Formats: sequence, structure tokens, C-alpha cells
Amino acid sequence: MFTIVNREEMAGGTVILNEIEAPRIAAKARPGQFLILKANENGERIPLTMAETDPEKGTVTVIYMVVGKSTELFRRLGVGDAYQDVIGPLGQPTHIEPGKNVVCVGGGTGVAVLHPIARGMKQAGCDVTSIIGSRNRDLLILEDKMRLASTDLHICTDDGSYGRKGFVTEVLKEKLEAGGVDQVVAIGPVPMMKFVSLMTREYGVPTMVSLNPIMIDGTGMCGGCRVTVGGETKFGCVDGPEFDGHQVDFDELILRLRAYTEQERCSHERCKWEEGGAA
Amino acid sequence: MEGTNKKSRLAMPEQEPKVRARNFEEVPLGYTPEMAIAEAGRCLQCKNPLCVQGCPVGVDIPGFIKHIADGKFDLAIGKIWERNSLPAVCGRVCPQEIQCEGNCILGRKGEAVAIGNLERFAADWERAHHVCELPSREKATGKKVAVVGSGPSGLTVAGDLILKGHEVTIFEAFHKPGGVLVYGIPEFRLPKDIVASEVSCLQAQGVKIECDVVVGRTETVDELFELGFDAVYLGVGAGLPRFMNIPGENLVGVLSANEYLTRANLMKAYLFPKVDTPIPQGRHVVVLGAGNVAMDSARTAMRLGAEKVSIVYRRSRAEMPARSAEIHHAEEEGLNFELLSNPVRYLGDEKGRLTGIECVRMELGEPDSSGRRRPVTVPGSEFVIECDLAIVAIGSGANPLLTRSTPDLPLGKSGYILANPETGKTGKKAVWAGGDIVTGAATVILAMGAGRKAADSIHEYLTWGW
Repeated sequence: MFTIVNREEMAGGTVILNEIEAPRIAAKARPGQFLILKANENGERIPLTMAETDPEKGTVTVIYMVVGKSTELFRRLGVGDAYQDVIGPLGQPTHIEPGKNVVCVGGGTGVAVLHPIARGMKQAGCDVTSIIGSRNRDLLILEDKMRLASTDLHICTDDGSYGRKGFVTEVLKEKLEAGGVDQVVAIGPVPMMKFVSLMTREYGVPTMVSLNPIMIDGTGMCGGCRVTVGGETKFGCVDGPEFDGHQVDFDELILRLRAYTEQERCSHERCKWEEGGAA
Repeated sequence: MEGTNKKSRLAMPEQEPKVRARNFEEVPLGYTPEMAIAEAGRCLQCKNPLCVQGCPVGVDIPGFIKHIADGKFDLAIGKIWERNSLPAVCGRVCPQEIQCEGNCILGRKGEAVAIGNLERFAADWERAHHVCELPSREKATGKKVAVVGSGPSGLTVAGDLILKGHEVTIFEAFHKPGGVLVYGIPEFRLPKDIVASEVSCLQAQGVKIECDVVVGRTETVDELFELGFDAVYLGVGAGLPRFMNIPGENLVGVLSANEYLTRANLMKAYLFPKVDTPIPQGRHVVVLGAGNVAMDSARTAMRLGAEKVSIVYRRSRAEMPARSAEIHHAEEEGLNFELLSNPVRYLGDEKGRLTGIECVRMELGEPDSSGRRRPVTVPGSEFVIECDLAIVAIGSGANPLLTRSTPDLPLGKSGYILANPETGKTGKKAVWAGGDIVTGAATVILAMGAGRKAADSIHEYLTWGW
């Protein structure tokens, strides 16, 4: 059992932070790696990339948006409650090259995954420009932490309720036009990562994305998470989750992420209905 | 008993094919005590029993059968436990026809004694009555052994070494112990509560099991030694799915058998939405391959409500690697066989979903290095099988997750661990390996046999030094 020692609600309660006791994992984990979590006996195994680790306290932190049955079950766990299973650290750590001029682009809960990478790069002596965005002011997360992890921070909202009105890609385009960018890191919804990668390709700037395919075991034994990268099949869980954005077949990833839409909807509806019945 | 004679064995009652093809209950129902006594009475009690030579872990077969014939069922299970800690599993999934039963002298003129059925009976009887005492442990040695992987070989090593007085901890990457016994072999062939029961029997003897530990990620092999273990056994299996590498393989609706069976068995997705893990339900399901894993996948698809399930295999019936009993069961349940057919590409719609598989017809040519006749493409024979779910069951390879994090562990071709076949010793000090990670995908009982040899070798090492 893996006890929750700290819990925060962000973005108006739609995004949840869980700091979980897992000393073994905390001692090992590095930026870019992920966990598989399972709430209870009948739960499914869900991958989440770590937002933070604290080896001294022996804790790992995940931040997730409530989108379906499993994240709904996670949301209902309070401080002192426990996940039945937490497995990790899984996947390859982020490759950080010191001293580079990096632009980190994050959208939605992707900012949670982006944060340790941006911080790791800044600590390695990189010049880190971060561009983070959300639909509106309420949904923006980790602004303060991202400010600390960046040399320069830009904020965008789709509706202009905070920061600049518009998409993160607009600010990115200005940075690319200005030149001198060695690398771009983009983490967020798949369409956002796709557009960023299409844009940076024009400027010939290497771009790293963190993918979120459907996973079951997370250890390379089923291939459920396979993605096409540079025309070759890769397993997201062992070869990734980070890949060269210019090589990834994003359209295939989007289709594969929809494989269980109908069952996911059914499961979530049933879960909400049960909660309503119990209340 | 009526219907028994010296020549033919007593058949085990089974669920009717039409009924069982749509449920996940076990197919064979087991012997009654009367049936077990009658079948055990057929054993000739050979002075020099060939059946024992055919058993990879050397169970005293005439010994335990004699106890059953005498109605002393508690003594029977005790006799089996001396050599085999997983009899309820082995009685169900061993290919007895090529092992113990294949050697039985009665098989020369009639039918071999139903050794597997009797082993299963003894184990099931004990599980229902709990009268037999657990085997006794030797004095504690203070030595600690880490077993990586809780599949059949790891469980055997743990069972042997705990009795010899060592401390044993099993590390398992999944959230449940059992390896292929829980994620691979379906409920209708091996009920999961039986696996859980055999595992808890080991825990009762003192074996510690830590799930959710991925050795290679959560801990490395070297870190296990730093944690104070004196020896390490690697029984991580061959859990890397092979794909055909043909166009369209990443369409939605194409799954490895590992994924399909893990969803169905470990995650119990056949109970969805009572459990949270979904599983794709095809109308026409095609399974590629013809081994036991293919049969398990196909029979699972049938139980999940498919209208039609087809096995597509590039050779002919005679070359199918699955056990004949499994093929027979699959046939009875209405599976369709597309033999001498080889997939060349998957076809999909605009939503990226599978709609069919283009295949070519094959014919058999000269025997290849494996002794099987090599399939040769018939030019111009392309045809399409319409389907909405394809399960790739063409074998598995060595998962590199552990070995990549252990650079000083010598590997053979295809990434399997090199280990002495007699002792299980690897090229790294105090590290043993056995089962599928050494041999490639094989059987439960062979993995257990490898575990037995390694346990003997580890015991010698811990007792006398290398």
C-alpha cells in the first residue's frame, strides 16, 4: 500500500496533486520517468509521469486531471488513504545537455510533467525559456514553480483571462524567429505537441515530446503502448516516454488513444451513477 | 468402477463444449474420490518406474499413486510436495503426454495412467480439506536469497530454498505473484484462486513476496546484493511480445497475445465493467499462430462473445505446436482454422481501426533446420480475411529491461541469459538464472525443473562456498 501524505486541488478541483509515500521509488526516480498506479483491487493500471520526487522524505508526486473512472477513483483518495499499487520508476529519464538555450512549452496538466525537466535543465546551466498555457486562468497550474525553474516565463490563455490571449505556439514562433534556440521541449495534449513539432521542424530545431500512449504493464511485456517513431515501432514504456517530436507519428497516436473511448465512457458513467446512488 | 479396465483410462468429466465456450469456468471438472481410486488402481507400481524419469522435477509418481489407490489422500499430497510445490498447477498445465505419461508402460498397449489427473486430484483434495502438514523446514542458516520473478521457476526456487533453511524474498514486477500462471494462462484452464492458494502455501512456509518491484528499474541486481542478499536467482521469463513487422500492425484492433491475455487474466477484463480494465471485443477475431498461447487467446475471444474466431497458421495441422488436448478443446468449442495461410498486411478504415488481414496461401516444401517442413508462398494466392480484432501469438523474446541494467551479466544470442544447464549458474558471481529467460519460451514444468536444479546449486554455494 502507498499512502497519500499530501493532497492539493488545483484548477478549480479538476486537477489533483497527490504526494505519495514510496521511498524505494523516490530514491531512484529521475526527471522524465513515470509510475503505474492502481487505486484498488478492481482498478486498472494507469501511467502518470512524476511531477516531483523527494528522496529524503521518501515521496513521489503526481498531478493529474480527472477525466475518467480511474482518475475519479484517484480523486476520492484523501490524505492518509493509500493507492493499492504504485510501480516505478519506469521509462527512460530525460536526457539533459548542460548549457543549452532551451524553450520549454507546456499545456494543461503537461506543465506538471514539464516542470521537473525545466528545473533539471536550469540546474544543469541551461537558459530556460518556458511558455505555459491553459484554456483560462483557473486551469493554469504551477505558475510559481515554473517561474523558479525558468529564466524567462510566458503565460498564455485561450480566452485571454490571464497572460497573453492565444496559444503557446504563437509565443514559440516569436522565439524561433528570433533565433538562437538549441532545443524545444513540448509536453501537453497530443495535438499541441504535434503542432509544436511541425513548427520547430521548419526551423530545424530539435524537439523533445513526452508521449502518453495507453499502457498496461509499463515494463515492455505487452506492446499496448507502441508508437511509430521514424517509421519504426517503439514501446512508449521502455523506449520512451520521451521521443524526437519530428519522428513521431502523432496521427496514429491520436487514433490509438481513442481505442477504448466507448468502454471508458461506460465505465465513467457507471462510476458517477454509483456515487449518485450512494449519496 | 464401470467403464474402467486395464487398457483405457478413466476420462475426467468436462463441461459441455457449447456451454463452456461461453463461460470462464474450468473445462475439466476433476475426479471424484471413487474415480481417483479406480484410476490409481491401474498403476502397475513398476520397480523401475519410467514415468519418474519423464518428470522434470522427479516426483515419486508410483509412490503418490499408491497412496491414492489406498484412499490415503493426505499421504499422497505429502509425497508430491517432497518434489513439487505447485501440484495443482502442474496437474493442469503440464504436457504429460510427452513427459511422465509419455513414458508410462501401460501406454504401449493401451492408455497411460492419468498421472496428471491424479496429481490434480490430490492437490485439489488437500486444498478442500487442509489436513496435510506443510513440509518441515531445516534449521535457519541466516543466508538470504533474492528471487526475481514469481513465475513457475521462481516459485520452485523459493519453495526449495525455504525448506533448506534459507531466507527467501521474491521480487515481482506485477501487482500479483504467479507470472505466466496469473497473466498468461486463462481462468478456464487454471483458476486464479488455485494459483493464489499455492503461492500462499509458500508464504505460510516463510517465503516473503514483494510485488510492484521492477528489478532493473526499482532495484538493480547489484543493489540486491547491497541490501544483504547472498545469492540472486533470475526467473523473469520471456515477456517480450514478437510482432510480424508487416504493414498496419499499429492499427487499433491489433494486439499482442501478451496484452490480450494480461487484460483478460491478470486484470480480469472479462468482468468489465465490474472491473475497470477494458478489453476489445471483436465480432470476427483472428489469432495469428498455433501454439498454446494462440489457443488460449482464441478460446478467450470465444468466451468474450465473438461470433467467429479463426486461427491463422502458415503451416499445416501436423506442425501446430499447441498441445493436442488444447487443439481438441478449441475445435470442440467451434474455432475455425485457416491453415497454410500467412498474413502479409493488415487493412484498416479511416479511423485507424482494423477491418481485415490480407494473407497468402502457403504450401509445404522441404524440412528446415527445425525438422518441420518449410512453408512456401503460393504466387498469386492473396486473399482477405475480414476481421475486427487480431491477436498476434507468434512467440515471445527476452525482455531486456533487467539485463540492460546488469551489464556484467553474459547474454547469448537474442538477449537470453547464458546459464549452465545443469546448475543454472550465470557468468556473474552469486547469480543464477532459469526458465524462459534462459531457454526462450518453453513450458511451466521445464521452468520448474530449471528452478529445482538452480536451487540445489544455490544451496551448495550457500553451504560450502563456490
